[in-house]
Amino acid sequence: MITLSNLSTGYDRKVVARNITAHLPKGQLVSLLGRNGVGKSTLMRTLAGFQPALGGQVAIDGHDIRQLPRTAMSRLVSIVLTERIDVAGMSVTELVALGRCPHTGFWGSLTPADQTAVDQAIRMVGIAPLAHRQVHTLSDGERQKALIAKALAQDTPVILLDEPTAFLDFQSKVELMRILSLLAHDMQKTVLLSTHDVELAIQLSDLLWLLSDDGLETGSPSHLSQNGTIARFFREVDARYDATHRVFLLNEGKGI
Amino acid sequence: MRTNISSFPHGQGERKEVFPLLMLALAILAAANIVWGSVSIPAATVWHILCGNEVPDHPAWHFIVWENRIPQMVTALLCGAALSTCGLLLQTAFRNPLAGPSILGIDAGANLGVAIVMLCMGGGVSVGGMAVGGFMLVIMAAMAGALGIMALLLVLSRWLHSAVMLLITGVIISHLTSAVISLLNYSATEEGVHSFVMWGMGTFSGVSTDRLPLFSALCATGLGLSLMLVKPLNALLLGDRYAASLGIRIHATRNLLLCCTGLLTATTTAFCGPISFLGLAVPHLARMTMGTSNHRSLMPACMLTGACLTLLCNLLCTLPSDGTLLPINVITPLIGAPVILYVILHRK
Repeated sequence: MITLSNLSTGYDRKVVARNITAHLPKGQLVSLLGRNGVGKSTLMRTLAGFQPALGGQVAIDGHDIRQLPRTAMSRLVSIVLTERIDVAGMSVTELVALGRCPHTGFWGSLTPADQTAVDQAIRMVGIAPLAHRQVHTLSDGERQKALIAKALAQDTPVILLDEPTAFLDFQSKVELMRILSLLAHDMQKTVLLSTHDVELAIQLSDLLWLLSDDGLETGSPSHLSQNGTIARFFREVDARYDATHRVFLLNEGKGI
Repeated sequence: MRTNISSFPHGQGERKEVFPLLMLALAILAAANIVWGSVSIPAATVWHILCGNEVPDHPAWHFIVWENRIPQMVTALLCGAALSTCGLLLQTAFRNPLAGPSILGIDAGANLGVAIVMLCMGGGVSVGGMAVGGFMLVIMAAMAGALGIMALLLVLSRWLHSAVMLLITGVIISHLTSAVISLLNYSATEEGVHSFVMWGMGTFSGVSTDRLPLFSALCATGLGLSLMLVKPLNALLLGDRYAASLGIRIHATRNLLLCCTGLLTATTTAFCGPISFLGLAVPHLARMTMGTSNHRSLMPACMLTGACLTLLCNLLCTLPSDGTLLPINVITPLIGAPVILYVILHRK
């Protein structure tokens, strides 16, 4: 679905990550892991077309995204960002309905088909009871789900999410990851999220993208667990990786 | 157009029933503006005159109704709609509830443009009595000033997300322009200064019948273009990045928005003087009455509320019973200031 060839990302002349080559297959949940400042957000923004690649190319469905106009892009990729949306006087339904923008006409009026898509998106992420609530009254977890419903209503084959589990309580994190996994498998969406919730990502993702200064390593969680890549990637952590149970166990006898 | 086949009513929160009420209020206020004025004319006689009849006892009344009150009513109505729409456009574009043409110093820019033309062209050129050529010059100058400040603010807006920063910038811009205007005043003739001060107090009586078509056309153009921004504005409520990901062309939208605001602010400022507070307060009133941020109903509601409120202000100007008119800028803060205080105090 998305192919990255020799991609270099960064700002102006400052390269953040270089020579990334990877493939994002259809219908898979992919988690992008890496330390703060390693360029996860920059990579996400480059894939979303918000900033140009410094080298190489990103192709979605075979189209180089530099050649794609904004309108075509909006039918291929939907996003959920870390930045907080701050809007009063907008209901959850209205927020989700904004996801239909690429499909509606000049005035943005919803056709019955659009409304059906909005309703389905709301049900799919399980926020039907919140449909009438004002967006600014939602909790962080509820708002993330509403934004995922917006992305779903946009009806794009690709959904990019920049740290969607940040600021959420544990229950909401697990629930959110399960929703994303459902979208990838049942609706054949290509879902790429960046996250710091390593164990959840390892347990629920189909593929892991491990981004470090050395570049990007990709593979399935089981493969990367078995061949020791995950243990090596997190070698600076004072814990050892249990590849069988896919959890990190803190090293004992080193109390603070 | 809207079919309720779904389980979630999609227009939820939009109070469409407000529109007939606003239309009714507009009609009543428009009629009141024709009936009441600084000169007392019986309502029945006003109707008589409107039907095309002369009043032999008071030949001036015919002139007052047709050449004074009706143009003034139309001017106030359009001016209110224009300034309120400006406020709404700016508040959404800057994602800031305290954005508005006067607070941001956009009309200070227009002021400067007008001051340069009025004060440098020598004395005796009031807006009402100017030849059309000179008058167009004033409009062009106001437009250039307003657009200049708008462009500056759009460049700065990248760093001005907080209400406080934006307000400070607006205050700085206003101070800078007023410093330049003071300098111009200092070196201008007495007549020039007087006409500039009178213009600065704001009035809806400056648009004569022969200027009304031009004023109306300019306002209608700005309002029409604004209505075309409804869909991008709704997407912009989520911020630039989300709007871009929804297929909205951000730069094109911002440029059109800049043109609309510049055109509307410049037109109203050139013809009626800098009218304070309306542009800032009315969008909030409209949001409160409509209960939504959806521009498809908010923008028309904003135009209607602005028109109603301005007609009301114009009516209040005639309150002194001695036949004089209060300047409009004496009245507008009385309505605008409480609304703004309410917004500041009730922010979450």
